[in-house]
Amino acid sequence: MNIIVCIKQVPSTSNVEVDPVTGVLKREGTKTKMNPYDLFALEQAFQLRERYGGTVAVLTMGPNQAREVLHEALYMGADSAVLASDRRFAGADVLATSYTLAQCVRKMGKYDLIICGKQTTDGDTAQVGPEMAELLGIPHACNVISVEGFSEDTSSGGALVVKVNMDDSIYTLKMKAPCLITVDKDVNTPRLPSYLRRKKAGDAQLLVWNMDDLPDQDESHYGLTGSPTQVEKVFPPEVKRDRECFTGSGEELADRLYSLLREKKRI
Amino acid sequence: MQTTNLNRVEPADLEYLRSFIPAKRMLVGADISPDYAHDELGGVKSAPDVLIRVQSAEEVSKILSYANKRLLPVVTRGAGTGLVGGAVAVMGGIMIETTPMNRILELDEQNMTVTVEPGVLLMDLAKYVQERGYMYPPDPGETSATIGGNISTNAGGMRAVKYGVTRDYVLSLTAVLPTGEIETFGSKVVKNSSGYSIKDLLIGSEGTLAVIVSATLKIIPFPKEIVSLLAPFPTFQAAVSTVPELIRSGTDPTAVEFLTREVISLAEDYLGKRFPRIDGDTALLLTYDGFSAQEVRERMDRASELCIERGAYDVYIVDTEERRASVWTARGAFLEAIKSSTTEFDECDVVVPRSKVVDFTECINELSGKLGLRIPYFGHAGDGNLHVYFCRDGLDEDVWGSKLQEGFDALYSRAVELGGMVSGEHGIGFAKREYLAKRLGPTQMELMRRIKKAFDPNGVLNPQKVCT
Repeated sequence: MNIIVCIKQVPSTSNVEVDPVTGVLKREGTKTKMNPYDLFALEQAFQLRERYGGTVAVLTMGPNQAREVLHEALYMGADSAVLASDRRFAGADVLATSYTLAQCVRKMGKYDLIICGKQTTDGDTAQVGPEMAELLGIPHACNVISVEGFSEDTSSGGALVVKVNMDDSIYTLKMKAPCLITVDKDVNTPRLPSYLRRKKAGDAQLLVWNMDDLPDQDESHYGLTGSPTQVEKVFPPEVKRDRECFTGSGEELADRLYSLLREKKRI
Repeated sequence: MQTTNLNRVEPADLEYLRSFIPAKRMLVGADISPDYAHDELGGVKSAPDVLIRVQSAEEVSKILSYANKRLLPVVTRGAGTGLVGGAVAVMGGIMIETTPMNRILELDEQNMTVTVEPGVLLMDLAKYVQERGYMYPPDPGETSATIGGNISTNAGGMRAVKYGVTRDYVLSLTAVLPTGEIETFGSKVVKNSSGYSIKDLLIGSEGTLAVIVSATLKIIPFPKEIVSLLAPFPTFQAAVSTVPELIRSGTDPTAVEFLTREVISLAEDYLGKRFPRIDGDTALLLTYDGFSAQEVRERMDRASELCIERGAYDVYIVDTEERRASVWTARGAFLEAIKSSTTEFDECDVVVPRSKVVDFTECINELSGKLGLRIPYFGHAGDGNLHVYFCRDGLDEDVWGSKLQEGFDALYSRAVELGGMVSGEHGIGFAKREYLAKRLGPTQMELMRRIKKAFDPNGVLNPQKVCT
């Protein structure tokens, strides 16, 4: 089973300050780390490799500094790593990011499964995974809490059985491979990076690709120019203390919320 | 000592105490929660006659001078997290609770000191100084303990290997003597060669000599880089016998803990969360701190090489908040995990020279087999301080009592043979007096009793504890 895990480098503090004048995140001097949700994705991949054999490759898009998280994934047990790094990728929104990653996946060759963390702790959109799957034309499932099984029945391609957390219920889904899943947090205890692997690992297992390495070389599909959404302003959320609490089943709550939004003419 | 001459609290005493203590801070008889009749261990039970939540040194002074005249026992209690019955009112009397005295009085950045009242919780002190860029190094696992309790037991903790124990960070103490006199012992000075160090006598005296009402503590700059390493070894012996060499190597670890497979599993069950996967029977958990990432990494790499040379399967890097949580949450839950795995337990907090830890644990393992008792243990490999827990499980009261006695006798004798001491950091209190007397012998015990008499001639302070 060949698995690709998408990871991201994020600020290591959850309290990133926003410059009140420019609205830009104050990243200087901020330490970075691997997006915590991605640790669960990696552990899930390693456990599947133990069960079904195969390889685990990691993929990220980012500046040169993002090598750090790829190395970390290699020390945890990944077999190879790809960094998509190019000035032309900069300023990408979720769509352009998903597009770039999907292009990398196409170049990476045959795979059975892509695993992403449920979301990142900096962007928090939880959209890159599903958008990649759409762009690659493969099925996907989000908030996966366990992978129940994988069969390599190749007559109709392999199939993956997963359990999905729908908050008030658990779905069991069967998907044709190749497919993409995003895993929920705390579904496993991620393994720690190994000193011995760090000692052995050089840059040999780490490939760096720019736009010219990818199948689609149309610059307008990448970075800021390939992004239909633009960030107008970033500001820290206003803290509001007044709130109203609803209780009930998921469906009741959804109805209640829908009526409220209608009433307030928000939809 | 005149402990037998002590009185119980009478209505007239309550009337006097009420003259200067408001009713809401003074509880009597059945109004006192049963929690005040025991500490965290629970084995020693006795309620005070009256519980007073003190707010000032002056109140403590008035209570003590009165109790001293009336020969009423006075027991000082912080958060009640003790493990040897030290803060249990075994002869009734007055219990002084210090938790309302929880103000941080001064941060002196020029001299790097912080002055606190005794009821400040360790976690609040740690947070206060850390937010200002400093560290108070003593780090006992129980952070909901008060600083007063920590000083009274000379608490240690995991960072003792590099930074030492509570005693090393107490510069001065203000305490109330049984006469009611309020005296300050020591000062902010770094050096002091001025007569007997009474401050050091008060540290670890478990409320038997005076009542601490404020303390000036030394703080250090907070190290910017803190990383732990987890090194799994095939056997306990391979892991623990590496420790003296690790400490000699000059890599300067902050903490060196050992974690056995048995106790890790108990913590996993207790927390409902898996520990990061490691092979082997025992792991060493090392922490390194410093001010530059490169310098810390260089020391960690040397330590990792040493562990691997000595048979470690690998060395894992615990370098982010998430990873620290996955490892240290389990380590922090060991005591509670063992407690919840059994019906009743008793503990032993012996300390042996670090080169003797393996010999000592062999004795524990043999004893476990011989007595048919489950005896899990964990501890500070770096300083030879072990926490050993006898678990009652399904045993009958009588059988449990006799096995426990036999177990304690054997362990303490073995600790003495190995050059160890009765308690590394929990103290003697009520429960371990017999073993202290055996370890120290009549001459030293008599010296202690004479010191006690010099401070407290009527024996009103925490009677029946430590040496009385």
